[in-house]
Amino acid sequence: MAATATLPRTAPAPARRKGFDWGQLRTYVSAAVILIWCLIPAYWMIVTAFRDTAFTFDSTFWPTHVTWDNFATVFDESLGNHFGRNLINSLIVAGATTAVALIVGVFAAYALARLNFRFKFAVMGFILGASMFPGVALVTPLFQLFTNIGWMGSYQAMIIPDISFTLPLTVYTLTSFFREMPWELEESARIDGCTQGQAFRKIILPLAAPATFTTAILAFIGAWNEFLIASQLSSDATRPVTVAIAYFAGAQPHQEPYTAVMAAGTIVTIPLVILVLVFQRKIVAGLTAGAVK
Amino acid sequence: MSTKLPERAKAGAPAKPHQMPRRESADRKQVTQGRWASILLVPTLILLAVVIIYPVVNAIVMSFQRDAGLNPATGFFEQGGPAGFENYTHWLFQQCNGQSCPPGTLGSQFWNAMSTTFFFTVVTVALETVLGFWMAIIMARSFRGRSAVRAAVLVPWAIPTAVTAKLWFFIFAFDGIANKLFGTQILWTGSEWPAKWAVVISDTWKTTPFMALLILAGLQLIPDEVYEAAKVDGATAWQRFTQITLPLVRPALMVAILFRTLDALRMFDLPYIMTQGANNTTTLSILVVDQIREGFNSAAALSTITFIVIFLVAFIFVRFLGANAVGAATSSGRK
Repeated sequence: MAATATLPRTAPAPARRKGFDWGQLRTYVSAAVILIWCLIPAYWMIVTAFRDTAFTFDSTFWPTHVTWDNFATVFDESLGNHFGRNLINSLIVAGATTAVALIVGVFAAYALARLNFRFKFAVMGFILGASMFPGVALVTPLFQLFTNIGWMGSYQAMIIPDISFTLPLTVYTLTSFFREMPWELEESARIDGCTQGQAFRKIILPLAAPATFTTAILAFIGAWNEFLIASQLSSDATRPVTVAIAYFAGAQPHQEPYTAVMAAGTIVTIPLVILVLVFQRKIVAGLTAGAVK
Repeated sequence: MSTKLPERAKAGAPAKPHQMPRRESADRKQVTQGRWASILLVPTLILLAVVIIYPVVNAIVMSFQRDAGLNPATGFFEQGGPAGFENYTHWLFQQCNGQSCPPGTLGSQFWNAMSTTFFFTVVTVALETVLGFWMAIIMARSFRGRSAVRAAVLVPWAIPTAVTAKLWFFIFAFDGIANKLFGTQILWTGSEWPAKWAVVISDTWKTTPFMALLILAGLQLIPDEVYEAAKVDGATAWQRFTQITLPLVRPALMVAILFRTLDALRMFDLPYIMTQGANNTTTLSILVVDQIREGFNSAAALSTITFIVIFLVAFIFVRFLGANAVGAATSSGRK
């Protein structure tokens, strides 16, 4: 720690003497280490996804024995893999969860960010506490309840418990976004002759849209990545991708289909990674919203 | 949302020029806002009550019921009935039918699962805090390619935990790249300590970025002038770190550690997929899931215990270590 604990967030300290800037070099080396640590395992997944099954454990760094076979295995119904259906299931569950959380949560976030009322602290505490709630504490009672009312393995059996963590996350993130918005602008627009509707449509909506969209992405990723609840409450027909990947079947029975699993992982991950990289700044703001300030 | 604003404006605006009616009007404004707030909050609170409080209350009720099963004393199949604290003593004292649970049964694993859970929590959170802090300090500096690094750290975070588990399971396979790189021949998921470290390393890879970004956000709130002043006063880099960075970043750091700790205490996906909980990697969450199909009611007792443990840890953090997540979230006004 000591060696790296120089000034955070300052411009490269102007080199005291003319000559080589060792501090800057150290920064670049550290940055390279971070890049390697974060990206190489993901890179390894992709390289393996394109590798012929016979060369699963080839340790060449760059792609060798390149093939699309693994992706075919992933969607091969004759092996018992229904990855297409799993993808649709994940979309349905994560999409519905996000929609409900957003539609309901946006009002609560507005109230928490903009209005003064008693018990605000308590409400926020309850919502935060809810977001930290352990999923296992829901699975047991819901397992019995859904078995009794015949919902076991249905989409709602996953959507309902998923709301328990996406809704608090949505409210929490949106609240801190809303608190940062320049709401005075709305009043100014009214003074300048906008109607209430116009002020909302032309000023507030464009300001709130990016925040809402970012929150939707965070909620969607959370629900898309959910495993525990889905592993217990889904059926063959509604199984989402995370559970499917955990119980994947390969071409050879009784043999872990590493390459096919890596291919499946790549398919699931690439859209998320693209989404995250495109909206990088907003997502970081959303992730850290509320934790500081 | 567009309809509620004029109310507020009406209540607040005309009061300004006069002194006398101002307080009265402010009170009315408060009442109006309170009414709006409750209308807006009700859907969220009802929904959370349905998806969280109802199941939890249900679980607590279940946990005081006996599981249906064979009665060893009579040999008959019995339909449960009230159990008192039997399900809780079953786990806490590892008691099965009045004697200590035989090895191998789920009942005998409670304290192992508890210590495994805390081992994972302490080790991963400690590693992630140190590594995350280091990453945050690097990312806070300005250098070419900084935005690429900030983007790269989001990659492990975005990958689903189930995929992360499978990826590291592959990396730690006997013929896998980890053994080749280090020239070792370890069956990583085949015995206790390698399996535990495999889980720890995967978890660290997956969640350090989250920690780093939270700490980075905290670092960015520290004004440059503070460092400049310290430099002028001749503080060394180490002094600047311990006397400025650490105390000023502490609130953000504590919230980050709190979030990660509570998250680690419910760890499930990684060990469940990598080892199925074998070799003493069974966490409390895994034990609950294993128990569900053996008997709902004692699973409910165990999940209630897990919930209480997590709640207590959160309480200790907030009460004694000053991790003020709610305060951070409710403090009004922009920075």
